[in-house]
Amino acid sequence: MPKSILLVDDEPNIVLSLEFLMRRAGYEVHTASDGDAAIESIKAHLPDLILLDINMARRDGFEVCQTIRSNPVWKGIRIVMLTAKGRDVEREKGMAMGADDYITKPFSTQEVVAKVQALIGKD
Amino acid sequence: MLKGGVILVVAFVYLGLLFAIAYYGDKRADANRSIIANPYIYTLSIAVYCTAWTFYGSVGRAANTGVGFLPIYLGPTLMAVLWWFVLRKIIRIAKVHRITSIADFIGSRYGKSTLLGGLVTIIAVVGIMPYISLQLKAISTSYIVLQHYPKLVMPYEFGQSALWEDTALYVALLLAAFTIVFGTRHIDATERHEGMVAAIAFESLVKLVAFLAVGVFVTFGLFAGPADLFGRAAEVPKLARLMSFEGMTGGYASWLSLMFLSMMAIMFLPRQFQVAVVENVNEDHLRKAVWLFPLYLLVINLFVLPIALGGRLLFPEYAVSIDPDTYVLTVPMAEHQEGLALFAFVGGLSAATGMVIVAAIALSTMVCNDLVMPVLLRIRALGLTGRKDLTGLLLGIRRGTIVVVLLLGYLYFRLIGESFALVTIGLVSFAAAAQFAPAILLGIYWKGASRRGAIAGLSAGFAVWAYTLLLPSFAKSGWLPADFLEHGLFGIELLRPYELFGLIGLGATTHAVFWSMLANIGLLVGVSLYSRQSPIEQIQATLFVDAFREVQQRREAHIWHGTTTIAELQSLVARFMGAEQASAAFTHYARRHAIDLQSQVSADPNLVSFAERVLAGAIGAASARVMVSSVVKGEALSIEGVMQILDETSQVLEYSRRLEQKSRELELATAELRAANERLQELDRLKDDFVSTVSHELRTPLTSIRAFSEILLNDPDVPKRERQNFLDIIVKESERLTRLINEVLDLAKIEAGRMEWRMEPIDMRQLIEDATASVSQLFNEKKVTLKTDLPPAPAMVNADRDRIMQVVINLLSNAAKFSEPKKGRVEVKLSGNAEAFRIAVVDNGPGIPPDQAAHVFEKFHQVTDQQKGKPKGTGLGLAITRLIVEHHGGCIWVENTSAQGTCFMFTVPRLQTMGVAVGGRAAD
Repeated sequence: MPKSILLVDDEPNIVLSLEFLMRRAGYEVHTASDGDAAIESIKAHLPDLILLDINMARRDGFEVCQTIRSNPVWKGIRIVMLTAKGRDVEREKGMAMGADDYITKPFSTQEVVAKVQALIGKD
Repeated sequence: MLKGGVILVVAFVYLGLLFAIAYYGDKRADANRSIIANPYIYTLSIAVYCTAWTFYGSVGRAANTGVGFLPIYLGPTLMAVLWWFVLRKIIRIAKVHRITSIADFIGSRYGKSTLLGGLVTIIAVVGIMPYISLQLKAISTSYIVLQHYPKLVMPYEFGQSALWEDTALYVALLLAAFTIVFGTRHIDATERHEGMVAAIAFESLVKLVAFLAVGVFVTFGLFAGPADLFGRAAEVPKLARLMSFEGMTGGYASWLSLMFLSMMAIMFLPRQFQVAVVENVNEDHLRKAVWLFPLYLLVINLFVLPIALGGRLLFPEYAVSIDPDTYVLTVPMAEHQEGLALFAFVGGLSAATGMVIVAAIALSTMVCNDLVMPVLLRIRALGLTGRKDLTGLLLGIRRGTIVVVLLLGYLYFRLIGESFALVTIGLVSFAAAAQFAPAILLGIYWKGASRRGAIAGLSAGFAVWAYTLLLPSFAKSGWLPADFLEHGLFGIELLRPYELFGLIGLGATTHAVFWSMLANIGLLVGVSLYSRQSPIEQIQATLFVDAFREVQQRREAHIWHGTTTIAELQSLVARFMGAEQASAAFTHYARRHAIDLQSQVSADPNLVSFAERVLAGAIGAASARVMVSSVVKGEALSIEGVMQILDETSQVLEYSRRLEQKSRELELATAELRAANERLQELDRLKDDFVSTVSHELRTPLTSIRAFSEILLNDPDVPKRERQNFLDIIVKESERLTRLINEVLDLAKIEAGRMEWRMEPIDMRQLIEDATASVSQLFNEKKVTLKTDLPPAPAMVNADRDRIMQVVINLLSNAAKFSEPKKGRVEVKLSGNAEAFRIAVVDNGPGIPPDQAAHVFEKFHQVTDQQKGKPKGTGLGLAITRLIVEHHGGCIWVENTSAQGTCFMFTVPRLQTMGVAVGGRAAD
């Protein structure tokens, strides 16, 4: 059974590009366009990894991360933060919230795939 | 029996007794159980007026001129009638203003003038010097005469003795030492010397009894009562003349001038001022003194004529060789009444020492407080202002002054002594003291008397006095060329000292009194009328003249009953001296008195007085008192007091007002700076946020572009349909990026004021039509209806066409963006009033949530739809729109329409009518 990935971003084009990349790498992909939708999706289908944008309306990436980490059932989910804000503070905050890795936009497609594979393995 | 040694022992024992009394008096005063606080002691102390001059001199004068000795005593008796009005006022003022001497009084009255105080002091020292010499002369003469008992020898029979053999010198030094011990044992804040007053009162009693004893002996011992005495005198033609007014030299003018002089002397001789005013314990004592003192004068004068006549009858053969000034002593001696003679000597000693002690103390206080200290304090090099305890220095100055004054008196005695009778010397001093009268009397009844006037009057009066009385006395003794007496100064006849400006027929004293008073009063009044008073002078003048009214309030205010708080008091002081200084002063006070100001709330009377003194240093005693009483008594500050502050301390207040204003301005400036700084910091933060947001907004399209480019680059096998879609996205995101960059640049340009505006008259109808045309394609694609509602008349505005077009297009695109396809309807309406045109863009979309309506014009604020997620756009459009509208002088806002939908509205001011006319003509 393929590993599953949840993509959370409010930019449809970015979601589209990541979806293409992840599917091609062999993962099962779900998407959500904001924090609330992301939590709903996790409840419906527990992913192995979440690519989580920080800057979103209604429950930003930090909150989503915190929610996930506060639920023991979701302890195994790997979280990779995505952000267009390149400041160190954001990165540190994300890692402190319990993210496993951090990717700055615009990203290299190979790098994203490599990081995801490093965390949950090639399928 | 009356060897020199015995006399000396008696004299020293007597002085020792005096000192014991003084010591006891001081002790009792320290224990707050005053022995002098009764009208009898007060009256006896005023009787210091009767000096050796009275004791010996009256008899001498009576022996030569008969009743001519009387004016000197009638004057004070007359004056005593006026005391209740005049002296009481002076006492009241002196107590309120803590006056320490007559110099202090005059200086204080005329605006606390140190110059005037110094001038008065100099006049007093020079003027009183002859008087002191008179006492020295009396003591040494009486000692010498008594020493030669049983022979009757006059001192001048020896000629002038050598300095070291001169009794008078030793008397002077002895009295100096005695005065120092008496009067300057310690510095008293009030300058009152209770012990001294007690001793003086005792002396007055001794001299009275001694004189009476001699009188009784002459009248009833030598003769069989007054009838016998006067009867026998009437038989001698020369003596009979003495009992009528015929014997008077100088006639009634002389009587009047002597009476006038003595009236002034009883009040304004420094020693009289000292005992009557400064040493006064309770002004009610005046009530008794008013009749008791004249009674004393009457009693002590009762036997003057009998002794004089008795002496003349007793010494007919050597009437010339026995000086009548010594009759009090020589008559008992001639009759071999050793005890009585010794008692008379002690009485004379009492009269003389009393005068010398009080005069020296009064003068030393004046010289110290009004002459030396003001000068020393001004010499910064001495650093006196910084020194904490000046008591030692003050005492030193006073003691030195006493020695100098007595030596000056002695010097005058050496120079002049033998050429004048006692009475004449005394009158020189009386005339000097009279110079103070105009400045004081006018000063306490006429507010207009000014400092310049007082200085002019006093200087002129003093100069005339010196020229007509003092210098001639030097000349007559051969210490000055006598030439100018005969022919006037520089040979100008009109300047003859005894016949100034050709005024003849008056005695020397009367003549001097006339001219000096004329000059003194004339200049005082004249200069006062033509000079302006400074504010402090005005305050002091008012306080002095209105003393009785003022003090009524002051009395109450003086019992500071702690009805104020320390904080209030401190803030009052801080107002005039600054918070730091005030705080320092209060802290210093607290430390010195070992009290904790923090733990107390209400201020005790001492602290209030302290605050008043501190304040007085800054704004003058008068204002300080008014200010303090305003705090302490709350509403007790009378209208008059307020008027005083307003009128008379206007300068001080103006100054303080300006200071306050300055401080307010500073505070304002500080606040403005702080606000500006906060704004700058806020702007900085906003700029930071802006850069961060712009960076985010730029990275987002870039992310898509890069991702899809890499996908297409690395994977040639992407299906054609997807490939086409990806390329499409890349193009769109690139466009988005371009738009964003343009808008950011626009925004930056407008905000920095670097945008070029091409303002021209345009017709808004035309502009709206052009705008709708350019967005028609968009609306067609989205299948949204677009309508316009334009007025028939041209709507002319002065605007940058492209920018306003940008605004309208932006609003229309937004409307289209949020409208639903097919159902969407957008309308543009143009309307106008007198000032401006209003453009409204109305849609029937979802509307803007009320909580966001205020924020839609902020940068990067985007209204996110619940269902549709993030809208397309940069988030800068409305921010730029607002900047453009505001630049044109209009405003923009958003309303939710009554039905579902949004209404964006903005205004543009109408083109000025003038502009239209000009434009119209230009078009023609």
